[in-house]
Amino acid sequence: MKRWLPYGCIALLAVVPFAPVPLYYLHLAILILIMGLICTGWSLMGKFGLVSLGHGGFMGIAVYPMALLWNHYGLTPWLGAPIGVGLAVLLGVLIGYPAFRFRVVGHYFALITLALGEVVRLSIIAARELTGGSLGMTPLRVQPITDVSWYAVQFTDKRYFYVIALVAWLGGLWAWRLVNRSMARSALEAISEDEVAAASVGIHVTSQKLRITLLSAAMTGLGAIMLGQYNQYLNPNSLSGISISLEIVFASIVGGMYTMLGPTIGALITIVFRESLRAYFGATLTGMAETIYGLLLILFIIFMPRGLWGFVVARFAHPTGDTSRLEVAATR
Amino acid sequence: MLTLRDVSAGYGSFQALFEISLEVSAGEAVAVIGPNGAGKTTLLRVISGQLPILSGSITLQGRSLLGLPAHRFIEEGIAHCPENRRLFPRMTVEDNLRMGAFIPTARRHFAERLDWVYALFPRLRERRGQLAGTLSGGEQQMCALGRALMSHPKLLLLDEPSAGLAPVLVMQVFDLVRRIRAEGFTVLIVEQNIQQALELVDRAYLLEVGKVKLSGTAGELKNNQFLRQAYMGL
Repeated sequence: MKRWLPYGCIALLAVVPFAPVPLYYLHLAILILIMGLICTGWSLMGKFGLVSLGHGGFMGIAVYPMALLWNHYGLTPWLGAPIGVGLAVLLGVLIGYPAFRFRVVGHYFALITLALGEVVRLSIIAARELTGGSLGMTPLRVQPITDVSWYAVQFTDKRYFYVIALVAWLGGLWAWRLVNRSMARSALEAISEDEVAAASVGIHVTSQKLRITLLSAAMTGLGAIMLGQYNQYLNPNSLSGISISLEIVFASIVGGMYTMLGPTIGALITIVFRESLRAYFGATLTGMAETIYGLLLILFIIFMPRGLWGFVVARFAHPTGDTSRLEVAATR
Repeated sequence: MLTLRDVSAGYGSFQALFEISLEVSAGEAVAVIGPNGAGKTTLLRVISGQLPILSGSITLQGRSLLGLPAHRFIEEGIAHCPENRRLFPRMTVEDNLRMGAFIPTARRHFAERLDWVYALFPRLRERRGQLAGTLSGGEQQMCALGRALMSHPKLLLLDEPSAGLAPVLVMQVFDLVRRIRAEGFTVLIVEQNIQQALELVDRAYLLEVGKVKLSGTAGELKNNQFLRQAYMGL
Protein backbone atom coordinates (compact mmCIF):
# COMPACT_ATOMS: atom_id res chain seq x y z
CA MET A 1 0.00 0.00 0.00
CA LYS A 2 2.67 2.44 1.11
CA ARG A 3 4.82 1.38 -1.82
CA TRP A 4 2.18 2.37 -4.34
CA LEU A 5 1.30 5.68 -2.73
CA PRO A 6 3.86 7.78 -4.65
CA TYR A 7 2.85 6.22 -7.96
CA GLY A 8 -0.80 6.88 -7.17
CA CYS A 9 0.00 10.52 -6.47
CA ILE A 10 1.95 10.87 -9.69
CA ALA A 11 -0.90 9.33 -11.66
CA LEU A 12 -3.32 11.71 -9.98
CA LEU A 13 -1.12 14.70 -10.82
CA ALA A 14 -0.88 13.49 -14.40
CA VAL A 15 -4.64 13.39 -14.95
CA VAL A 16 -5.35 16.73 -13.23
CA PRO A 17 -5.21 18.82 -16.43
CA PHE A 18 -7.67 16.54 -18.16
CA ALA A 19 -10.28 17.12 -15.48
CA PRO A 20 -12.33 20.30 -15.76
CA VAL A 21 -9.89 22.44 -13.77
CA PRO A 22 -10.29 26.23 -14.02
CA LEU A 23 -7.47 27.72 -16.07
CA TYR A 24 -6.31 29.92 -13.22
CA TYR A 25 -5.67 26.90 -11.01
CA LEU A 26 -3.87 25.14 -13.79
CA HIS A 27 -1.72 28.25 -14.13
CA LEU A 28 -0.91 28.15 -10.41
CA ALA A 29 -0.13 24.44 -10.59
CA ILE A 30 2.36 25.04 -13.40
CA LEU A 31 4.07 27.82 -11.46
CA ILE A 32 4.21 25.64 -8.35
CA LEU A 33 5.75 22.70 -10.21
CA ILE A 34 8.40 24.91 -11.82
CA MET A 35 9.21 26.77 -8.61
CA GLY A 36 9.15 23.39 -6.87
CA LEU A 37 11.88 22.19 -9.22
CA ILE A 38 13.96 25.33 -8.61
CA CYS A 39 13.55 25.14 -4.83
CA THR A 40 14.40 21.42 -4.86
CA GLY A 41 17.57 22.35 -6.70
CA TRP A 42 18.36 25.07 -4.18
CA SER A 43 17.74 22.74 -1.24
CA LEU A 44 20.20 20.19 -2.59
CA MET A 45 22.85 22.77 -1.70
CA GLY A 46 21.05 24.36 1.23
CA LYS A 47 20.62 21.20 3.22
CA PHE A 48 24.36 20.64 3.18
CA GLY A 49 25.05 24.10 4.53
CA LEU A 50 25.78 25.68 1.15
CA VAL A 51 23.43 28.62 1.45
CA SER A 52 23.15 30.46 -1.83
CA LEU A 53 21.49 33.86 -1.95
CA GLY A 54 22.07 34.16 -5.66
CA HIS A 55 20.27 31.38 -7.46
CA GLY A 56 18.58 34.08 -9.52
CA GLY A 57 21.93 34.37 -11.29
CA PHE A 58 21.64 30.79 -12.56
CA MET A 59 18.10 31.57 -13.72
CA GLY A 60 18.95 34.68 -15.72
CA ILE A 61 22.02 33.25 -17.38
CA ALA A 62 20.08 30.18 -18.50
CA VAL A 63 16.85 31.70 -19.78
CA TYR A 64 18.06 34.79 -21.66
CA PRO A 65 20.45 33.04 -24.06
CA MET A 66 17.72 30.58 -24.97
CA ALA A 67 15.22 33.35 -25.77
CA LEU A 68 17.82 35.43 -27.61
CA LEU A 69 18.94 32.47 -29.73
CA TRP A 70 15.31 31.90 -30.66
CA ASN A 71 14.60 35.52 -31.52
CA HIS A 72 17.78 36.18 -33.48
CA TYR A 73 18.66 32.83 -35.01
CA GLY A 74 15.40 30.90 -34.80
CA LEU A 75 17.14 28.22 -32.75
CA THR A 76 14.57 25.90 -31.25
CA PRO A 77 14.33 26.02 -27.43
CA TRP A 78 15.04 22.29 -27.47
CA LEU A 79 18.61 23.26 -28.35
CA GLY A 80 18.55 26.63 -26.61
CA ALA A 81 17.58 25.02 -23.30
CA PRO A 82 20.63 22.74 -23.02
CA ILE A 83 22.82 25.70 -23.99
CA GLY A 84 21.18 27.79 -21.25
CA VAL A 85 21.55 25.02 -18.68
CA GLY A 86 25.15 24.61 -19.77
CA LEU A 87 25.78 28.30 -19.17
CA ALA A 88 24.22 28.06 -15.71
CA VAL A 89 26.55 25.15 -14.96
CA LEU A 90 29.49 27.15 -16.28
CA LEU A 91 28.55 30.03 -14.01
CA GLY A 92 28.40 27.48 -11.18
CA VAL A 93 31.99 26.47 -11.93
CA LEU A 94 33.14 30.09 -12.13
CA ILE A 95 31.69 30.92 -8.74
CA GLY A 96 32.01 27.52 -7.05
CA TYR A 97 35.52 26.44 -7.92
CA PRO A 98 37.38 29.45 -6.51
CA ALA A 99 35.03 29.67 -3.52
CA PHE A 100 35.45 26.01 -2.56
CA ARG A 101 39.10 25.79 -3.48
CA PHE A 102 39.95 28.67 -1.17
CA ARG A 103 37.59 27.52 1.55
CA VAL A 104 35.09 30.33 1.39
CA VAL A 105 32.41 28.91 3.68
CA GLY A 106 29.35 29.90 5.66
CA HIS A 107 28.38 33.54 5.64
CA TYR A 108 31.16 34.47 3.27
CA PHE A 109 29.93 32.01 0.71
CA ALA A 110 26.41 33.39 1.05
CA LEU A 111 27.74 36.91 0.45
CA ILE A 112 29.55 35.88 -2.72
CA THR A 113 26.39 34.33 -4.10
CA LEU A 114 24.42 37.41 -3.12
CA ALA A 115 26.59 39.37 -5.52
CA LEU A 116 26.18 36.71 -8.19
CA GLY A 117 22.44 37.19 -8.58
CA GLU A 118 22.76 40.96 -8.79
CA VAL A 119 25.64 40.90 -11.26
CA VAL A 120 23.60 38.80 -13.66
CA ARG A 121 20.57 41.06 -13.25
CA LEU A 122 22.56 44.24 -13.83
CA SER A 123 24.30 42.71 -16.83
CA ILE A 124 20.97 41.84 -18.41
CA ILE A 125 19.71 45.36 -17.81
CA ALA A 126 22.92 46.86 -19.15
CA ALA A 127 22.63 44.88 -22.38
CA ARG A 128 19.49 46.88 -23.09
CA GLU A 129 19.66 46.74 -26.90
CA LEU A 130 19.70 42.98 -26.81
CA THR A 131 17.56 42.09 -23.81
CA GLY A 132 15.13 44.99 -23.60
CA GLY A 133 16.60 46.01 -20.26
CA SER A 134 14.28 46.21 -17.29
CA LEU A 135 11.26 46.36 -19.57
CA GLY A 136 11.86 42.73 -20.38
CA MET A 137 11.55 40.89 -23.64
CA THR A 138 9.13 38.59 -25.40
CA PRO A 139 10.10 35.53 -27.42
CA LEU A 140 8.87 35.95 -30.98
CA ARG A 141 5.67 34.15 -31.90
CA VAL A 142 6.30 31.17 -34.13
CA GLN A 143 5.46 31.79 -37.82
CA PRO A 144 3.02 30.81 -39.18
CA ILE A 145 1.03 31.19 -35.98
CA THR A 146 -0.32 27.89 -34.69
CA ASP A 147 -1.86 26.76 -31.44
CA VAL A 148 0.62 23.96 -30.91
CA SER A 149 4.23 24.35 -31.94
CA TRP A 150 6.58 21.75 -30.51
CA TYR A 151 9.43 23.31 -32.47
CA ALA A 152 9.04 26.68 -30.75
CA VAL A 153 7.64 25.14 -27.54
CA GLN A 154 4.74 27.56 -27.75
CA PHE A 155 1.31 26.28 -26.83
CA THR A 156 -1.89 28.21 -26.36
CA ASP A 157 -3.20 25.30 -24.29
CA LYS A 158 -1.70 25.38 -20.78
CA ARG A 159 -2.03 21.64 -20.42
CA TYR A 160 1.06 21.08 -22.55
CA PHE A 161 3.13 23.16 -20.18
CA TYR A 162 1.61 21.41 -17.22
CA VAL A 163 2.81 18.04 -18.47
CA ILE A 164 6.27 19.39 -19.32
CA ALA A 165 6.56 21.02 -15.89
CA LEU A 166 5.36 17.85 -14.17
CA VAL A 167 7.97 15.74 -15.94
CA ALA A 168 10.74 18.22 -15.10
CA TRP A 169 9.64 18.41 -11.48
CA LEU A 170 9.61 14.62 -11.20
CA GLY A 171 13.09 14.65 -12.70
CA GLY A 172 14.14 17.02 -9.94
CA LEU A 173 12.76 14.71 -7.26
CA TRP A 174 14.54 11.82 -8.91
CA ALA A 175 17.83 13.75 -8.75
CA TRP A 176 17.17 14.44 -5.07
CA ARG A 177 16.63 10.74 -4.47
CA LEU A 178 19.80 9.78 -6.32
CA VAL A 179 21.85 12.20 -4.23
CA ASN A 180 20.20 10.99 -1.06
CA ARG A 181 21.11 7.38 -1.73
CA SER A 182 24.66 8.04 -2.86
CA MET A 183 27.94 8.22 -0.98
CA ALA A 184 27.98 11.89 -1.97
CA ARG A 185 25.28 12.49 0.60
CA SER A 186 27.42 11.13 3.45
CA ALA A 187 30.39 13.03 2.13
CA LEU A 188 28.46 16.29 1.95
CA GLU A 189 26.96 15.81 5.39
CA ALA A 190 30.45 15.23 6.76
CA ILE A 191 31.70 18.34 4.94
CA SER A 192 28.87 20.45 6.32
CA GLU A 193 29.82 19.36 9.84
CA ASP A 194 33.59 19.71 9.62
CA GLU A 195 35.61 20.23 6.45
CA VAL A 196 38.98 19.42 7.99
CA ALA A 197 37.71 16.15 9.42
CA ALA A 198 36.01 15.32 6.13
CA ALA A 199 39.27 15.79 4.23
CA SER A 200 41.08 13.69 6.83
CA VAL A 201 38.90 10.66 6.09
CA GLY A 202 39.59 10.98 2.37
CA ILE A 203 36.74 13.13 1.08
CA HIS A 204 37.62 15.45 -1.79
CA VAL A 205 35.93 18.50 -0.30
CA THR A 206 36.21 20.83 -3.29
CA SER A 207 34.94 18.35 -5.83
CA GLN A 208 32.02 17.15 -3.72
CA LYS A 209 30.83 20.70 -3.11
CA LEU A 210 31.33 21.66 -6.71
CA ARG A 211 29.35 18.70 -8.01
CA ILE A 212 26.29 19.42 -5.89
CA THR A 213 26.51 23.11 -6.82
CA LEU A 214 26.53 22.27 -10.51
CA LEU A 215 23.55 19.96 -10.15
CA SER A 216 21.72 22.70 -8.27
CA ALA A 217 22.62 25.31 -10.89
CA ALA A 218 21.44 23.03 -13.70
CA MET A 219 18.08 22.40 -12.04
CA THR A 220 17.61 26.09 -11.35
CA GLY A 221 18.53 27.01 -14.92
CA LEU A 222 16.09 24.47 -16.29
CA GLY A 223 13.33 25.84 -14.06
CA ALA A 224 14.03 29.39 -15.25
CA ILE A 225 13.92 28.27 -18.86
CA MET A 226 10.51 26.75 -18.32
CA LEU A 227 9.25 29.87 -16.54
CA GLY A 228 10.36 32.09 -19.39
CA GLN A 229 8.98 29.77 -22.01
CA TYR A 230 5.68 29.36 -20.20
CA ASN A 231 5.14 33.06 -19.53
CA GLN A 232 6.50 33.96 -22.98
CA TYR A 233 7.98 36.95 -21.23
CA LEU A 234 11.39 37.52 -19.68
CA ASN A 235 12.08 40.16 -17.09
CA PRO A 236 15.45 40.60 -15.39
CA ASN A 237 13.79 41.50 -12.11
CA SER A 238 11.77 38.32 -11.90
CA LEU A 239 14.27 35.96 -13.55
CA SER A 240 17.47 37.13 -11.85
CA GLY A 241 18.61 39.36 -9.04
CA ILE A 242 18.05 39.39 -5.35
CA SER A 243 14.28 39.26 -5.07
CA ILE A 244 13.72 35.95 -6.85
CA SER A 245 16.86 34.56 -5.20
CA LEU A 246 15.44 35.29 -1.78
CA GLU A 247 12.05 33.97 -2.77
CA ILE A 248 13.68 30.63 -3.55
CA VAL A 249 15.44 30.63 -0.19
CA PHE A 250 12.27 31.57 1.72
CA ALA A 251 10.13 28.96 0.00
CA SER A 252 12.70 26.24 0.66
CA ILE A 253 13.00 27.16 4.33
CA VAL A 254 9.26 27.42 4.86
CA GLY A 255 8.59 24.09 3.18
CA GLY A 256 11.62 22.38 4.66
CA MET A 257 14.85 21.89 2.76
CA TYR A 258 15.74 18.61 4.46
CA THR A 259 12.88 16.62 2.98
CA MET A 260 12.28 15.66 -0.62
CA LEU A 261 8.86 17.28 -0.91
CA GLY A 262 9.57 20.17 1.46
CA PRO A 263 10.86 22.64 -1.17
CA THR A 264 7.85 21.97 -3.38
CA ILE A 265 5.46 22.41 -0.46
CA GLY A 266 7.27 25.67 0.22
CA ALA A 267 6.78 26.79 -3.37
CA LEU A 268 3.11 25.90 -3.09
CA ILE A 269 2.70 27.86 0.13
CA THR A 270 4.48 30.95 -1.18
CA ILE A 271 2.65 31.04 -4.49
CA VAL A 272 -0.81 30.34 -3.08
CA PHE A 273 -0.19 32.73 -0.25
CA ARG A 274 0.98 35.56 -2.45
CA GLU A 275 -1.88 35.08 -4.87
CA SER A 276 -4.52 35.04 -2.15
CA LEU A 277 -3.06 38.06 -0.37
CA ARG A 278 -2.97 39.87 -3.67
CA ALA A 279 -6.57 38.96 -4.34
CA TYR A 280 -7.54 40.09 -0.84
CA PHE A 281 -5.64 43.34 -0.57
CA GLY A 282 -5.73 44.08 -4.29
CA ALA A 283 -4.14 47.33 -5.29
CA THR A 284 -4.72 48.88 -1.87
CA LEU A 285 -2.00 48.46 0.71
CA THR A 286 0.73 47.44 -1.67
CA GLY A 287 3.52 45.73 0.22
CA MET A 288 1.12 44.20 2.72
CA ALA A 289 1.59 40.74 1.25
CA GLU A 290 5.35 41.02 1.62
CA THR A 291 5.06 42.27 5.17
CA ILE A 292 2.84 39.42 6.29
CA TYR A 293 5.02 37.04 4.40
CA GLY A 294 8.15 38.31 6.15
CA LEU A 295 6.49 37.96 9.54
CA LEU A 296 5.48 34.40 8.79
CA LEU A 297 8.99 33.60 7.70
CA ILE A 298 10.38 34.76 11.03
CA LEU A 299 7.83 32.64 12.86
CA PHE A 300 8.74 29.63 10.74
CA ILE A 301 12.44 29.97 11.37
CA ILE A 302 11.84 30.22 15.11
CA PHE A 303 9.23 27.53 15.60
CA MET A 304 9.69 25.19 12.65
CA PRO A 305 13.33 25.38 11.64
CA ARG A 306 12.98 22.26 9.54
CA GLY A 307 10.06 23.73 7.66
CA LEU A 308 6.43 22.80 7.53
CA TRP A 309 6.90 19.56 5.69
CA GLY A 310 9.94 18.58 7.75
CA PHE A 311 7.79 19.11 10.83
CA VAL A 312 4.95 16.99 9.48
CA VAL A 313 7.28 14.18 8.41
CA ALA A 314 9.02 14.13 11.79
CA ARG A 315 5.70 14.08 13.64
CA PHE A 316 4.40 11.34 11.43
CA ALA A 317 7.50 9.19 11.82
CA HIS A 318 7.82 9.67 15.58
CA PRO A 319 4.50 10.84 17.02
CA THR A 320 5.69 10.83 20.62
CA GLY A 321 9.21 11.46 20.18
CA ASP A 322 12.35 12.84 21.42
CA THR A 323 13.66 15.65 19.29
CA SER A 324 17.18 14.46 18.52
CA ARG A 325 15.66 11.45 16.78
CA LEU A 326 13.15 13.74 15.09
CA GLU A 327 15.97 15.66 13.53
CA VAL A 328 17.54 12.52 12.16
CA ALA A 329 14.21 11.25 10.87
CA ALA A 330 13.44 14.52 9.14
CA THR A 331 16.58 14.32 7.06
CA ARG A 332 15.90 10.86 5.65
CA MET B 1 58.57 3.88 6.58
CA LEU B 2 58.04 7.64 6.73
CA THR B 3 60.98 9.83 5.87
CA LEU B 4 61.16 13.62 5.97
CA ARG B 5 64.28 15.26 4.56
CA ASP B 6 65.03 18.94 5.18
CA VAL B 7 61.38 19.92 5.15
CA SER B 8 60.60 23.61 5.41
CA ALA B 9 57.06 24.95 5.55
CA GLY B 10 55.12 27.96 6.64
CA TYR B 11 52.08 30.15 6.34
CA GLY B 12 52.43 33.03 3.91
CA SER B 13 55.62 34.89 4.71
CA PHE B 14 55.90 33.23 8.11
CA GLN B 15 58.13 30.17 8.15
CA ALA B 16 57.13 27.64 10.80
CA LEU B 17 59.41 24.70 10.03
CA PHE B 18 63.14 24.88 9.20
CA GLU B 19 64.72 21.90 7.47
CA ILE B 20 63.17 19.20 9.57
CA SER B 21 64.44 15.67 9.03
CA LEU B 22 62.57 12.86 10.68
CA GLU B 23 62.22 9.11 10.33
CA VAL B 24 59.55 6.67 11.47
CA SER B 25 60.15 2.97 10.94
CA ALA B 26 57.43 0.35 10.55
CA GLY B 27 55.96 -0.76 13.86
CA GLU B 28 57.53 2.10 15.72
CA ALA B 29 55.89 4.73 17.89
CA VAL B 30 57.52 8.13 17.62
CA ALA B 31 56.64 11.31 19.47
CA VAL B 32 57.18 14.90 18.46
CA ILE B 33 57.33 16.93 21.63
CA GLY B 34 57.85 20.58 22.31
CA PRO B 35 56.31 23.74 23.68
CA ASN B 36 53.45 25.77 22.20
CA GLY B 37 54.32 27.32 18.88
CA ALA B 38 57.20 24.96 18.21
CA GLY B 39 55.61 23.82 14.96
CA LYS B 40 54.35 20.42 16.08
CA THR B 41 50.89 20.76 14.59
CA THR B 42 52.32 22.34 11.46
CA LEU B 43 54.53 19.28 11.09
CA LEU B 44 51.51 16.97 11.24
CA ARG B 45 49.63 19.17 8.80
CA VAL B 46 52.54 18.76 6.43
CA ILE B 47 52.63 14.98 6.86
CA SER B 48 48.87 14.71 6.33
CA GLY B 49 48.98 16.88 3.21
CA GLN B 50 47.01 19.83 4.53
CA LEU B 51 49.93 22.19 4.13
CA PRO B 52 52.24 22.27 1.11
CA ILE B 53 55.95 22.37 1.86
CA LEU B 54 58.42 24.99 0.67
CA SER B 55 61.36 22.64 0.20
CA GLY B 56 62.54 19.18 1.13
CA SER B 57 60.99 15.78 0.56
CA ILE B 58 58.47 13.47 2.19
CA THR B 59 58.29 9.79 1.32
CA LEU B 60 56.19 6.93 2.61
CA GLN B 61 57.72 3.52 1.95
CA GLY B 62 59.87 5.12 -0.72
CA ARG B 63 56.95 6.82 -2.51
CA SER B 64 57.02 10.58 -2.63
CA LEU B 65 53.98 12.31 -1.16
CA LEU B 66 54.80 15.72 -2.60
CA GLY B 67 51.98 17.44 -4.42
CA LEU B 68 49.30 14.95 -3.37
CA PRO B 69 46.03 16.63 -2.31
CA ALA B 70 44.97 16.12 1.32
CA HIS B 71 42.19 13.62 0.62
CA ARG B 72 44.64 11.29 -1.15
CA PHE B 73 46.91 10.82 1.86
CA ILE B 74 44.52 8.41 3.50
CA GLU B 75 44.58 6.26 0.38
CA GLU B 76 48.36 6.19 0.71
CA GLY B 77 47.87 4.83 4.21
CA ILE B 78 48.24 7.91 6.40
CA ALA B 79 45.35 8.53 8.77
CA HIS B 80 45.29 11.81 10.63
CA CYS B 81 43.52 12.15 13.92
CA PRO B 82 43.33 15.95 14.04
CA GLU B 83 43.75 18.29 16.96
CA ASN B 84 40.58 18.79 19.04
CA ARG B 85 39.25 15.48 17.70
CA ARG B 86 37.12 17.01 14.98
CA LEU B 87 34.30 14.49 15.07
CA PHE B 88 31.14 14.95 13.06
CA PRO B 89 29.08 16.10 16.05
CA ARG B 90 25.61 15.57 14.66
CA MET B 91 26.32 12.09 13.37
CA THR B 92 26.07 9.04 15.54
CA VAL B 93 29.19 7.27 16.78
CA GLU B 94 28.64 4.52 14.25
CA ASP B 95 28.20 6.99 11.40
CA ASN B 96 31.44 8.66 12.43
CA LEU B 97 33.16 5.30 12.21
CA ARG B 98 31.45 4.71 8.86
CA MET B 99 32.94 7.97 7.59
CA GLY B 100 36.34 6.72 8.71
CA ALA B 101 35.92 3.94 6.16
CA PHE B 102 34.87 6.35 3.41
CA ILE B 103 37.55 5.50 0.87
CA PRO B 104 36.58 2.56 -1.37
CA THR B 105 39.33 0.22 -0.18
CA ALA B 106 38.20 0.68 3.42
CA ARG B 107 34.48 0.58 2.61
CA ARG B 108 34.82 -3.00 1.41
CA HIS B 109 35.98 -4.05 4.88
CA PHE B 110 33.58 -1.84 6.81
CA ALA B 111 31.72 -4.57 8.73
CA GLU B 112 34.79 -6.46 9.95
CA ARG B 113 36.69 -3.26 10.82
CA LEU B 114 33.70 -1.98 12.74
CA ASP B 115 33.62 -5.17 14.83
CA TRP B 116 37.33 -4.88 15.34
CA VAL B 117 37.16 -1.26 16.51
CA TYR B 118 34.27 -2.13 18.82
CA ALA B 119 36.32 -4.99 20.24
CA LEU B 120 39.25 -2.64 20.79
CA PHE B 121 37.08 0.09 22.35
CA PRO B 122 33.99 -1.63 23.80
CA ARG B 123 32.68 1.69 25.10
CA LEU B 124 32.07 2.79 21.52
CA ARG B 125 29.77 -0.15 20.94
CA GLU B 126 27.69 0.93 23.93
CA ARG B 127 27.48 4.44 22.52
CA ARG B 128 27.05 3.48 18.87
CA GLY B 129 23.65 5.18 18.41
CA GLN B 130 24.53 8.32 20.32
CA LEU B 131 25.31 11.61 18.56
CA ALA B 132 29.08 12.10 18.70
CA GLY B 133 28.73 15.69 19.91
CA THR B 134 27.06 14.46 23.10
CA LEU B 135 29.91 12.14 24.11
CA SER B 136 32.23 13.03 26.97
CA GLY B 137 35.68 14.33 26.09
CA GLY B 138 37.41 11.00 26.63
CA GLU B 139 34.80 9.13 24.63
CA GLN B 140 35.10 11.65 21.83
CA GLN B 141 38.82 11.00 21.68
CA MET B 142 38.09 7.28 21.61
CA CYS B 143 35.68 7.82 18.74
CA ALA B 144 38.24 9.93 16.86
CA LEU B 145 40.87 7.21 17.29
CA GLY B 146 38.37 4.59 16.17
CA ARG B 147 37.48 6.63 13.12
CA ALA B 148 41.13 6.98 12.13
CA LEU B 149 41.64 3.22 12.58
CA MET B 150 38.71 2.34 10.30
CA SER B 151 40.91 2.85 7.24
CA HIS B 152 43.53 0.50 8.73
CA PRO B 153 46.33 2.97 8.10
CA LYS B 154 49.99 2.15 7.68
CA LEU B 155 50.77 5.24 9.71
CA LEU B 156 48.55 6.85 12.31
CA LEU B 157 49.11 10.53 13.06
CA LEU B 158 47.83 11.69 16.44
CA ASP B 159 47.69 15.41 17.12
CA GLU B 160 47.64 16.10 20.86
CA PRO B 161 45.19 13.36 21.78
CA SER B 162 45.31 14.44 25.42
CA ALA B 163 44.58 18.12 24.76
CA GLY B 164 41.71 19.58 26.75
CA LEU B 165 41.13 16.49 28.86
CA ALA B 166 41.08 16.12 32.63
CA PRO B 167 44.24 14.49 34.05
CA VAL B 168 42.51 11.19 34.75
CA LEU B 169 41.24 11.10 31.15
CA VAL B 170 44.70 11.91 29.84
CA MET B 171 45.90 8.67 31.42
CA GLN B 172 43.02 6.82 29.79
CA VAL B 173 43.75 8.26 26.37
CA PHE B 174 47.39 7.24 26.62
CA ASP B 175 46.15 3.81 27.53
CA LEU B 176 44.05 3.76 24.36
CA VAL B 177 47.09 4.67 22.31
CA ARG B 178 48.96 1.85 24.02
CA ARG B 179 46.23 -0.56 22.92
CA ILE B 180 46.53 0.71 19.36
CA ARG B 181 50.29 0.18 19.51
CA ALA B 182 49.79 -3.34 20.78
CA GLU B 183 47.84 -4.04 17.59
CA GLY B 184 51.02 -3.33 15.67
CA PHE B 185 50.23 0.09 14.22
CA THR B 186 52.92 2.60 13.43
CA VAL B 187 52.17 5.78 15.31
CA LEU B 188 53.46 9.32 15.12
CA ILE B 189 52.17 11.32 18.03
CA VAL B 190 52.45 15.02 18.78
CA GLU B 191 52.26 15.88 22.46
CA GLN B 192 52.85 18.62 24.97
CA ASN B 193 52.53 16.09 27.71
CA ILE B 194 56.19 15.22 27.45
CA GLN B 195 56.64 12.91 30.38
CA GLN B 196 53.72 10.67 29.54
CA ALA B 197 54.47 10.71 25.84
CA LEU B 198 57.98 9.44 26.55
CA GLU B 199 56.52 6.52 28.53
CA LEU B 200 54.58 5.51 25.45
CA VAL B 201 56.96 5.78 22.51
CA ASP B 202 60.21 4.26 21.27
CA ARG B 203 61.80 7.47 20.07
CA ALA B 204 61.08 11.17 20.16
CA TYR B 205 62.01 14.45 18.54
CA LEU B 206 62.05 17.70 20.49
CA LEU B 207 60.95 20.64 18.39
CA GLU B 208 61.77 24.23 19.30
CA VAL B 209 60.82 27.22 17.12
CA GLY B 210 60.54 25.06 14.03
CA LYS B 211 63.79 23.15 14.38
CA VAL B 212 64.70 19.73 15.73
CA LYS B 213 66.52 20.56 18.92
CA LEU B 214 67.01 17.04 20.23
CA SER B 215 66.21 13.53 19.16
CA GLY B 216 66.82 10.06 20.52
CA THR B 217 65.23 7.05 22.13
CA ALA B 218 62.67 7.63 24.82
CA GLY B 219 65.13 6.37 27.42
CA GLU B 220 67.85 8.79 26.33
CA LEU B 221 65.53 11.75 26.33
CA LYS B 222 64.07 10.91 29.72
CA ASN B 223 67.57 11.23 31.14
CA ASN B 224 68.59 14.24 29.09
CA GLN B 225 69.59 17.06 31.41
CA PHE B 226 68.41 19.89 29.14
CA LEU B 227 65.01 18.35 28.57
CA ARG B 228 64.54 17.57 32.24
CA GLN B 229 65.36 21.10 33.27
CA ALA B 230 63.58 23.01 30.54
CA TYR B 231 60.43 20.97 30.17
CA MET B 232 59.92 18.71 33.13
CA GLY B 233 61.04 21.03 35.89
CA LEU B 234 63.28 18.32 37.32
